Amino acid sequence: MAIDQFIANEVKSNDVVLFMKGTPQFPMCGFSGQVVQILDYLGVPYKGLNVLENDELRQGIKDYSNWPTVPQLYVKGEFVGGCDIVREMFQAGELQSLLKEKGLPVKESAGA
Amino acid sequence: MAMDAHEIERLIKDGIPDAEVTIRDLAGDGDHYSATVLSASFRGKSRVQQHQLVYAALKGQMGGVLHALALQTGVPEK
Repeated sequence: MAIDQFIANEVKSNDVVLFMKGTPQFPMCGFSGQVVQILDYLGVPYKGLNVLENDELRQGIKDYSNWPTVPQLYVKGEFVGGCDIVREMFQAGELQSLLKEKGLPVKESAGA
Repeated sequence: MAMDAHEIERLIKDGIPDAEVTIRDLAGDGDHYSATVLSASFRGKSRVQQHQLVYAALKGQMGGVLHALALQTGVPEK
């Protein structure tokens, strides 16, 4: 399967996907780690894909979204942003609203 | 593998002429910067689109020579 098809399939078949360096258990980069912390805090289930394990994926995800860096967060197939945007949205409560709008579970304590 | 703050500012302003650019060297190592970019041309655009315009202005340096640029974008107050 071509890498763009692989990515398209992943982001369509999983509600929340994080392309990252390392894994949710062991992030290998501070920016990826920040997004993991936010998603874990919100308690939303997500799939983490480690771009460090696959050079084709590492480049492919940048081409897919026309976005030069990792991490990249996708919700229901849509590119939400990288670390800065995710953090900004989280702090403004917008990420919580977006997830709820899409019908995804967010811990009540995390607010919205 | 470092990039001068003035070079970053110049590239952004070349790409987005009306941009108000504020750059901070976070670690003092010429490799970890934060940038705030305000431009009227961002009006009506999503955050992703605003950041993509800045990345486009940086002409592929982001993610390459420029490892870490914490980016915040917005529209000027008035």
